[in-house]
Amino acid sequence: MSGTRVFASVVAALVVAGAVAAFAVAWRPAIAAIDPPAPQSFDTALVKRGRELAAIGNCSTCHTLGGGKDFAGGFPVPTPFGTIYSSNITPDAETGIGRWPEAAFRRAMRSGVARDGQHLYPTFPYDHFTYVSDEDDRALYAFLMTRQPVHAAARGNQLPFPLDQRVVIAGWKLLFLRHGTYQPDPTRNAEWNRGAYLVEGLAHCGACHTPRNALGAERASASFAGGEADNWSAYAINAQSPAPVPWTADALFGYLRHGWDGDHGTARGPMAEVVSNLSEVPDSDVRAIVTYMAGVFGAPAEDRKRRGEEVLAQARSSPAPASPTTTEGASIYAAACAGCHETSRPLPYGGVNLVLSTALSSPDARNAANIVLSGVRPVEGERSPIMPGFAASMSDKQIAALLNYLRSRFGKQPEWAGVEKTIADARRTQTVFLQTSVGPENAPADANQRDKP
Amino acid sequence: MTTLKVNGRDHQVDAEPDTPLLYVLRDDLALNAAKFGCGLGQCGACTVIVDGKAVLSCVTPLLLVEGKPVTTLEGLGSIETPAPIQRAFTEEQAAQCGYCIAGMMMRAQALLQKNAKPTDDEIRAELAPHLCRCGTHMRILRAVHRAAHLMRSADASTVQRSAQ
Repeated sequence: MSGTRVFASVVAALVVAGAVAAFAVAWRPAIAAIDPPAPQSFDTALVKRGRELAAIGNCSTCHTLGGGKDFAGGFPVPTPFGTIYSSNITPDAETGIGRWPEAAFRRAMRSGVARDGQHLYPTFPYDHFTYVSDEDDRALYAFLMTRQPVHAAARGNQLPFPLDQRVVIAGWKLLFLRHGTYQPDPTRNAEWNRGAYLVEGLAHCGACHTPRNALGAERASASFAGGEADNWSAYAINAQSPAPVPWTADALFGYLRHGWDGDHGTARGPMAEVVSNLSEVPDSDVRAIVTYMAGVFGAPAEDRKRRGEEVLAQARSSPAPASPTTTEGASIYAAACAGCHETSRPLPYGGVNLVLSTALSSPDARNAANIVLSGVRPVEGERSPIMPGFAASMSDKQIAALLNYLRSRFGKQPEWAGVEKTIADARRTQTVFLQTSVGPENAPADANQRDKP
Repeated sequence: MTTLKVNGRDHQVDAEPDTPLLYVLRDDLALNAAKFGCGLGQCGACTVIVDGKAVLSCVTPLLLVEGKPVTTLEGLGSIETPAPIQRAFTEEQAAQCGYCIAGMMMRAQALLQKNAKPTDDEIRAELAPHLCRCGTHMRILRAVHRAAHLMRSADASTVQRSAQ
């Protein structure tokens, strides 16, 4: 045998071995389809528990398209790689998960594989859901399988080659998917552990609030340091939190439960849907989430605490008499914003005093731009916070002048870079978001009010 | 003094820059089609067109519209010579109390200027910010379709005339 042939054989052997290895990594068997189980075959208590868990998991936000049927999918998730559409998770036999046995559902939650063996894109946050217990997966399955089946075929994702090849996902999982059930920390109490289980698992808070690396995986070294969701900035919710007043466990509980907090303002954007969902789950679960998250935020340093107290004192004192409005931004604020944001009408129906605004002290101008453009839409049929949007009446230049003024007067921070581009981008993306997002279905208001007729 | 360009004419207005456009239109210029409903930008009764876009004039201070062309319902047509949108709303009898209708017509007009043949869903989505408590919603929907049709055939007849 000549040297060339030996070399060729070695290459061939390597190619075959590589192919076998790749196959082993990427190939997943299909799980046999079942006849869709009858809804009445599921225990009602299990279904009820599943409903609460689905609310904690915020499933409806991504799996329901605005104006569409519940859980029928089709919601576009913008990613740096392209747009990925959510799937139909109603029990429709053909286009949903009607023919999935529980084992297939659990495998999808654990390792992001569909019943037919196809890898699912990690926009479905199985890197978190892998921690969900068998028992909770069973309840979620029971809840979803008892929803109204909707015939709605999945929309094709808009991804460039080679990312449109699902085998690529197997490689991503090899790098970033860490399996394993939640291991309780014995040095912490049961509530903290419950919170950690929910936050790191089903609630998948880090999916939005943790920054991602170039391959779209959460950066473990920067947990909760701030990320993004649907072209909104998801604030840092650790020690780097940009909130002018440090969060406390009680403030956090009220915010997650009712959708607003007097020292921080009102949840909006994708977070409005999160708190709307959380308004339906047991107090104890929200309390557990808060207990864990309070630890993630950490106790504020002395200077931060002092600054928070100053800001609060400023917010509570009567507003300073309007200074001469010399700049365009100041004039716009005085004419268009101060009327609501400087009244004594309390939250959530009055405007928040902007010294308390996290949007204005955040390093990213997107949320402030989004809210000026689109306002806060009322929730149908319930009392809820409102704000008119100014997309039609303010030019980009006027909004830029306003944001720069707000940033310096209330955020007390150096000017945002590229604010005009942020505004132009927000104008484009917010139009899409408002059309596709379901928005909060329940006013995250006082839970005592909700069960009244 | 602020120069305000309304319905194609320049007006000198003596008002503070934070005065809502709606107040100026009604109180200073006696253009009363736009209505004061909620004053919070939540009901749509005050809608006028600024620079081609439907704008809630009750929450739009004067300083934001300086130099931009403002159109009110009076600027579209009159009783003698109604604009297609006005004709369509009359022909469909789309008003009951009528308080919301001027605003509805203005947003529908803005929609038809950028989309000559909107679908039912597009009209519903566009008019969603407008409240009507009488319940003429279905007639309003028909009226917008009729207006779209009138505007398209008006365009066509213009083309025909110019072709002759």
